[in-house]
Amino acid sequence: MKVLIPSQLQSYTEGVSEVSANGSTLAEVLDDLDQQFPGIRFRAVDEQDRIRQHIRMFVSGKIATSINVALNDADEVHIIGALSGG
Amino acid sequence: MQYLLVGTRKGAWIYTSAGQRRDWQVDGPHYLGSIINHFVLDPRDQKTMLMATTAGHLGPTILVSTDFGKHWVESTRPPAFPKVDDPDNARSVDHSFWLCPGHPDEPNVWWVGTSPPGVFRSEDGGMTWTSFAGWNENPMYDKWCPKEETPDGELLNQIVIASDDANHMYICTSSGGVFETTDRGENWSPLNKGVEANFMPNTYPEYGQDAHQIGVHPGNPNRLYQQNHCGIYRLDRPDDTWVRIGENMPEGIGDIGFSVVLHPDNEDMAWVFPMDGSDVWPRTSPGGKPAVYLTRDAGDSWRRQDKGFPKEQAWFTVKRQAFVGDTSQPLGLFLGTTSGEIWSSTDEGDNWQQIACHLPEIYSLNVVTVQ
Repeated sequence: MKVLIPSQLQSYTEGVSEVSANGSTLAEVLDDLDQQFPGIRFRAVDEQDRIRQHIRMFVSGKIATSINVALNDADEVHIIGALSGG
Repeated sequence: MQYLLVGTRKGAWIYTSAGQRRDWQVDGPHYLGSIINHFVLDPRDQKTMLMATTAGHLGPTILVSTDFGKHWVESTRPPAFPKVDDPDNARSVDHSFWLCPGHPDEPNVWWVGTSPPGVFRSEDGGMTWTSFAGWNENPMYDKWCPKEETPDGELLNQIVIASDDANHMYICTSSGGVFETTDRGENWSPLNKGVEANFMPNTYPEYGQDAHQIGVHPGNPNRLYQQNHCGIYRLDRPDDTWVRIGENMPEGIGDIGFSVVLHPDNEDMAWVFPMDGSDVWPRTSPGGKPAVYLTRDAGDSWRRQDKGFPKEQAWFTVKRQAFVGDTSQPLGLFLGTTSGEIWSSTDEGDNWQQIACHLPEIYSLNVVTVQ
C-alpha cells in the first residue's frame, strides 16, 4: 500500500515522499518500512510501541492512535510531523 | 590539531585549530535543525565521534562517525528501555543526554545517560546499545528516580569512570543526586552525604539532590568536586561527606551554577561559572557581569577571572555540558552560552576572547587535542 513520508523522515527514504509497504496492521507496515529503510520506525514509534508525541499517523484519512489498527490493501498510510516548538 | 565539538539546539559544528588555539576553522552545520545534546570525540582512538541527537518531531538516536565527522551513520539499535506490558511502568527514552567513552582498557565501550534517567552501554563503538539492568532495573529505581516534571525532564546527566579502575563509576541525576558503583554497575549506592537539597522538606536527604556536574580528578581519583543545584562541594575519599567549598565564594556571587572544570595536572585547581540563583533563579551571570571563578587551594578561596568578558549587560547562561577544559599547557578553557557564543581562554582563565557567535543555543562543548 501507499505510505506518505513526512520531510522529517525522508533522510531515511533518500528524499522520497511516497513509498510502498505491506502489512495487515499499521505495526506490520511500520516493520516493513523499517526493513526497507533501517532506523525509520524508532524515530516515529517508541520502544513501547507508542506513536511519538509529535508524530501523527492517518489510515485513509482517519487518525490512528495505536499501531495495532488493522489495514486492508486499499488503505493509504499518511505519516505526518505534527506541530512542534520553534 | 585541536577539535572543539559544538552541540546546539539546532545542529552541530566542528571547530579546528592547528596553531595556538586562536585561529579556528569552522565546519558545519551538521544535522541542521536536530537537537544535539552531546557531541564527543573519543579520546582513546582520537577519531571516533558520537552525537546524542533527537529532533522536535522524532525520537532519539545516536550518530557515529569514524572519520572526524566527514560521514555519519546511525546506531542500528539506539538506547531503548525494555518493552513491558504495564503502561504505568513503560519507560521510553526521550533523549540521550550524556555520552561517556569507556575506560581506556575497554576501547569500544561507550556509556550513555538518558532522560528519563537510564544507563545504556555499547560494546561496539556506539552502533548498538543495551539497557543496563544494574541501574535501569535496580530495585531502588523508583525511589532514586521519582517521576518529577523538571523543566527538561528528569535526567541522568553524567557518567564518570574513575581513571584507575573501570569498575568504579559515578553517575549524577537531577532528582536523586550522585550514585556510586565499585563493581561496574551491578550495585549502586547514594553518595550525597553533606549535600543540601533546599527544595526538600528534609534538606539533607540520603538521596533526592540535584547533582548538576561532578569532576573526578584524573590524576587523583580520590578527589571529587561537585557543582550542585545547591552549591559547590568537594569530597576526598575515602571520606563520604561532601564539604561545601562554595561558601568561600565572594558574597553576592554565590555558588550556584551548572559546571565544574578540573585542572588535569593539579588536583587543587578547579573553575566554575557562577549563575544567579536568587529569588526566581534567573540562571544568568550575576549582575550581568560574566566571570569564571578559579580555586587554587581546593576550594578554600576563589579568584574572579573576567578579563575579556563584557563588563556589564551580558546575561550569559552556560549549561552543564558547555564549560570544558583541554589538556594543553597552559590549560585552555571554553564555554558556550545559550545565546550562541563561544568564549575561550588559552591561559587558564586569565584572559578570555570570543571565538564564535550567532550559533543556536549551545548545549555542549567537547575539546580534544589530536596528536
